[in-house]
Amino acid sequence: MNDTASPLKKTALHAAHVALGARMVPYGGWDMPVEYSGISAEHLAVRSAAGLFDVSHMGQIELAGENALAAIQHITTNDAAKLQNGQAQYSALTTPEGTFVDDVLVYRFAERHYLLVVNASNIEKDHAWIAAHAPEVGEVAIVNSSDRYALIAVQGPKARGIVQKLTAIDLSTIKYYWFAHGEIAGVRGTLSRTGYTGEDGWEIFVPPQFATQIWNALLEAGTPDGLVPCGLGARDTLRLEAAMRLYGNDMDETSTVLECDLGWIVGWNKAEFTGKSVLDRQKADGVAKKIVGFEMLDRAIARHGHGVVHDGATVGVVTSGTHTPFLKKAIGMAYVPTALAAVGTEFTVDIRGRLARAVVVPMPFYKRPKS
Amino acid sequence: MYPTNLKYTKDHEWVRIDGGTGAVGITHFAQQQLGDVVYVDLPEVGATLTVGQTFGTIESVKAVSELYAPISGTVTEVNAALKDRPDAINSAPHDSWMIKVQLASTADVDALLDAGAYEALTQ
Repeated sequence: MNDTASPLKKTALHAAHVALGARMVPYGGWDMPVEYSGISAEHLAVRSAAGLFDVSHMGQIELAGENALAAIQHITTNDAAKLQNGQAQYSALTTPEGTFVDDVLVYRFAERHYLLVVNASNIEKDHAWIAAHAPEVGEVAIVNSSDRYALIAVQGPKARGIVQKLTAIDLSTIKYYWFAHGEIAGVRGTLSRTGYTGEDGWEIFVPPQFATQIWNALLEAGTPDGLVPCGLGARDTLRLEAAMRLYGNDMDETSTVLECDLGWIVGWNKAEFTGKSVLDRQKADGVAKKIVGFEMLDRAIARHGHGVVHDGATVGVVTSGTHTPFLKKAIGMAYVPTALAAVGTEFTVDIRGRLARAVVVPMPFYKRPKS
Repeated sequence: MYPTNLKYTKDHEWVRIDGGTGAVGITHFAQQQLGDVVYVDLPEVGATLTVGQTFGTIESVKAVSELYAPISGTVTEVNAALKDRPDAINSAPHDSWMIKVQLASTADVDALLDAGAYEALTQ
């Protein structure tokens, strides 16, 4: 299984995962827990109660100085000028072709201080990219601070109540995609109302040396409410039900932000950002291929890399697919020609030589009930 | 852990011999590696199996795996209950037979592992 040349990196919580009996697998250069009690059980716990995730493998890159905002505006698609202190936004770090260097969360810590949360496998690439392109707008401090943060996610309808037991910050005052700095279980950290599961929840940044202490405090506080530790397996099935894209699967340097159907993270009114001319043109003329959500009609599971076949020709590719534990259906995402992208359109997927029927459905597949 | 009335392969299938017929399933170790099973694709009654060749696929939430025939022969029965309850493979792997096979040769059976040898393999 482990075919990486360099030794796998371990998060500050590695020993805690092993002690809890997690099954560990290599992921993005890290030795990460894929499951504890089982993907389905963990997935369902997050939909009905709460799950605890170690996402410390995610990277952090900070930009600071008087040109910090201009730099963020230049390298990412969304309009960071709309952010206030304590607010975050989903965005894309783009190439001049309008494709993804990475998808990122942009946090405004202060007027001249921003933090980007980036994908684990892209940390070095993103850091090099930003170091090369952010200074195009002027001098800016750029720091890869990934080693300074452990990141713990608590997700699910019970998440807020559980985290609230451990902090004096009134979490009810923090809106979705906002965050606050403060103490949790006696440790100074940052509590962000964000996540990658389709549920309400929190992502908690703490210094790595306190990660195990916070993890155990959350486990203890949450267990009576049904919180369970969750691995990357459930994280993947949860995010897919919520139709959240996964870098390397659903998006990469060959797909543009519009082809990935993420026009809502583009600040169209910005004067400039990297890749804007391509995206402006695609917005005006339309895209040739587009990501869609689909559901299998035949009893089969489409997986990443399977071909989309229409009228005997391979016309697209499945980017993500699984049988999801909550919806109990085989669903997925695929790039297809725009002519096949309308909801209700049928196509087939080449599953190990057998053609299985699928139909385009609206995304997200799952939307949490309004509370 | 591993019932002594079953025979095993290094590909983590088991066979329960009953006269000239063998029932085939996957082992506890295999289901543990796969995780939550959601789909099993099995051959039809009458299909011919060749030892070591794939006869179907099994999918869990996270991955798909091939099923390898532990014995040669002809499929006489398919466990239709697994279509609606594939998770039985997780909860009771050694009771969840997938297919029954009319043995082509008893020599195949001699080549299978006993419970002790199989268990040693999974350590």
